[in-house]
Amino acid sequence: MNGRIVAVYGNIVIAEANGQVFQNSIGYCLRQDGAKLLSEVIRVRGRLADLQVFEETRGLKVGDTVEFQEEMLSVVLGPGLLGQIYDGLQNPLPQLAAQIGFFLEPGKYIHGLSAETRWPFTSARPAGQTVTAGDTLGSVPEGIFTHQIKVPFRMNQEYRIEKIAEPGEYTVEHPIAQLKDQNGVEYTITMQQKWPVKIPLNLARRRLMPQDPLVTRIRIIDSMFPVVRGGTYCIPGPFGAGKTVLQQITSRHAEVDIVILAACGERAGEVVETLREFPELIDPRTGKSLMERTIIICNTSAMPVAAREASVYTAATLGEYYRQMGLNVLLLADSTSRWAQAMREVSGRLEEIPGEEAFPAYLESRIAAFYERAGALELTDGSTGSLTIGGTVSPAGGNFEEPVTQATLKVVGAFHGLSRARSDARRYPSIDPLDSWSKYTGIIDPDKSIRARRILRRGNEVRQMMTVVGEEGTSVDDYLVALKADFFDNCYLQQNAFDAVDAATPAQRQQFVFDKVLTVLELPLEVQEKDQARQLMVKISDLFRNWNYAAQDTEEYQKILEQIDSFIAAKGK
Amino acid sequence: MRKYYDEITRIAGNVITVTATGVGYDELAVISSKRGTSLAQVIRLEGDQVSLQVFAGTQGVSTEDRVQFLNSPMQVPFTDDLLGRVFDGACRPRDDRAILEENKVSIGSPTVNPVRRRMPDHMVHTGIPMIDIFNSLVESQKLPIFSVAGEPYNELLARVGLQANADIIILGGMGLRHDDYLKFRDAFEKGGVLGRTIMFIHTAADPVVECLLVPDLCLAVGEQYALQNKRVLVLLTDMTAFSDALKEISIIMEQIPSNRGYPGDLYTQLARRYEKAVDFDGAGSMTILACVTMPGDDVTHPVPDNTGYITEGQFYLRNGRIEPFGSLSRLKQQVNGKTRDDHRAIMDACIQLYALCRESREKRDMGFEMSPWDHKLLKYGSLFEKKIMELSVNIPLFEALDRCWNILAECFDPAETGIRRAVIDAHWPKK
Repeated sequence: MNGRIVAVYGNIVIAEANGQVFQNSIGYCLRQDGAKLLSEVIRVRGRLADLQVFEETRGLKVGDTVEFQEEMLSVVLGPGLLGQIYDGLQNPLPQLAAQIGFFLEPGKYIHGLSAETRWPFTSARPAGQTVTAGDTLGSVPEGIFTHQIKVPFRMNQEYRIEKIAEPGEYTVEHPIAQLKDQNGVEYTITMQQKWPVKIPLNLARRRLMPQDPLVTRIRIIDSMFPVVRGGTYCIPGPFGAGKTVLQQITSRHAEVDIVILAACGERAGEVVETLREFPELIDPRTGKSLMERTIIICNTSAMPVAAREASVYTAATLGEYYRQMGLNVLLLADSTSRWAQAMREVSGRLEEIPGEEAFPAYLESRIAAFYERAGALELTDGSTGSLTIGGTVSPAGGNFEEPVTQATLKVVGAFHGLSRARSDARRYPSIDPLDSWSKYTGIIDPDKSIRARRILRRGNEVRQMMTVVGEEGTSVDDYLVALKADFFDNCYLQQNAFDAVDAATPAQRQQFVFDKVLTVLELPLEVQEKDQARQLMVKISDLFRNWNYAAQDTEEYQKILEQIDSFIAAKGK
Repeated sequence: MRKYYDEITRIAGNVITVTATGVGYDELAVISSKRGTSLAQVIRLEGDQVSLQVFAGTQGVSTEDRVQFLNSPMQVPFTDDLLGRVFDGACRPRDDRAILEENKVSIGSPTVNPVRRRMPDHMVHTGIPMIDIFNSLVESQKLPIFSVAGEPYNELLARVGLQANADIIILGGMGLRHDDYLKFRDAFEKGGVLGRTIMFIHTAADPVVECLLVPDLCLAVGEQYALQNKRVLVLLTDMTAFSDALKEISIIMEQIPSNRGYPGDLYTQLARRYEKAVDFDGAGSMTILACVTMPGDDVTHPVPDNTGYITEGQFYLRNGRIEPFGSLSRLKQQVNGKTRDDHRAIMDACIQLYALCRESREKRDMGFEMSPWDHKLLKYGSLFEKKIMELSVNIPLFEALDRCWNILAECFDPAETGIRRAVIDAHWPKK
């Protein structure tokens, strides 16, 4: 069905349709030089359909044709997604570069999966069995994973397998099964299928309570503000506080099967860093390149804004797809504020009544719906899979009172607030240990982390008091608490991302070290003078700091451990 | 024979609406009125109603003036004749020389494919120790200078332009005072770089719409040179004036303002320009250094705030010096490990000691007693400020590093600096 453009304003096109129009379906604006610009219907008024165009609208004219389609904005799912670098609409960027060169040309689209790659297929069910959506028909190896080929998720009846392919190498376009429904209609199944990005993909027996800790190997997160598989968390912080670095470290070390990086409206340079470094980095747990477990969705700030809005949904859908195979997926979105701003821009162009700071009134529900796509599922075959979502937030002026941060805080399970003061003081990761929180239970006994946190809080109070009354006006006991809080911060919560050992601390080591740290924090040190207290804490801090740099179970590690133990046994004497 | 349209139905601010058909979005038009002719750009199509922003402003435009559409977006000529020339925001010569018409390229080109960018690793030497040592500028970096009115930010920009060894220098002036423009021109002329400089200058007296085009013109030309394997340096001043021009147009277009009157797409508009900074994998590079004046010295103001989220660091220029705290070059790690083995050690030690000096000064100002250590720090602080921080200091990187060592040796014992033993042994000045 076709329509005609009647108005163009920024990235919004209004078209007059002469037939049925589906909300959120896609359309192509035909520019007179032949380019077809992908767009999405976002509002219908009478015969007028408002479309957001995923490209620059330069050159479009009133009267130009719009081709309306029935399908919604979708991504293609199948083997070969891992290791890909996509734009927000699932166009593989390296292939685009090979075809067009330095620039991204409007109207150039490439299918998300290679049609040439041949995958060695093994069937999982014989012909004659009855299957429903999401049931496994067979599998192909994809890097380190077994990629299950499922009955397409949108097929909502019971089907009989008429025919299934022999083991062999097939492309994603080759038929691998023939299904027949109860009315006798036959369907040809390939290894790829489409799914609309804005509809959550969660075929499961039930949703589980997320409770398995997701170990990021960042001590302050795992020990103090844990994240769980299937949970959600957010990282708000002003510019320069280290949001992106934190996401990069997490993407390297997080103990999950698959990581999806959605660079949404951020700097291209940071994506380039990931692009160039990840293929070189070896995942210590698999011995393979990190790229083999990673998908990068890259819609940088200079790319068209509507595609930016779509990019987080694209990322979520790919994550959900691998969750359906019983894998644990982590989606890192950087930054959700840019996504919210994309909504604001489009809403402004549509002349909708604005909410706070001109964000649309539906901002909160959209943010909530996005984070709700995370979750741990018990799948139809009894296995479990999870999708964890971590989003950074870039609040205007670094002020957490703004709408995006507030709407996000309402719906996430953990809050890792970055502080400018900490990053200025070069205390990394700059997660504020006093303001941040998590509703999840991690690898450390909650009672213990509360005890450690109490000392941190009291130390902070003493420090504040000291700015008024000076060091001389503070009692030795209070002074010692402040020193202990510093020790906890410096030697445990802070971590050197550029040191091979300190950059990532496995769960077991964290538990062991945390116990030692807590013992020191609660150690009754008998000190008479402040200087004596300082010297003691300097000594123990030095031990722990060097311990952090020592690889597990080396001679160095054991030696320092003995020194720490004797310090504890002697109560510092 | 091109068609004219003469039914202007609305004139408001710098925007006119004309009844016309067959017009492309973003297309350019010429308006001929009694006051002369002006370019205008299509910013909205609605049925047969075409809204255009008029570059020269709408004063004196009548409802029966003639509008002629040019069937192309805004373009800029790209030839080597551009070098040494000065243009205004509508790309008209400002230097009484010939109008250039050859090899026109459209402004606002598509985004660079991220996989065709490379990791930047060439340092731009500026001769300013506060940049070279402490926050090295890297080729293809986009970096703003956050400052306030009255600070010598234009002088700083001109100096970087003169001393950076770029192949092509492009200056974009927005809302510039006329004498500032003349100062830039004189500085480039005296420095002998005018032959590889191109200037697009919008002065405060020019129509506001032309201000909006200046960055696009600069970046379109710069990009073409970068594609020809040139290393381009683009200097933009002042991006706050550009943002204010955006604000003005969006309010006239009845867009809903988001924050202090700025449009909701301020971030996108700024990012689309700054993100043009690039190091092509297989061609040249473009570096962007921009001035952002902070209204009321407030870094949370929407313009510096959005800029900070886009750019790769920032320099704070306060009291005629580049502030060592807060200033940051995110890309410095890519280059400062390869200059000289003591570069990073000096960078860290000098700043840490200067931070301690500030604490000692606070103590002194509050009337506390000064220890011998405090006295050392105070001495170090004043030497460091005079010999390194002053903007007038103009020495190459290695000389600046040596000078830092001399200052340290004059004030401290080696162990007090916190620098690793091996580095001290290699570099501590011999008496």
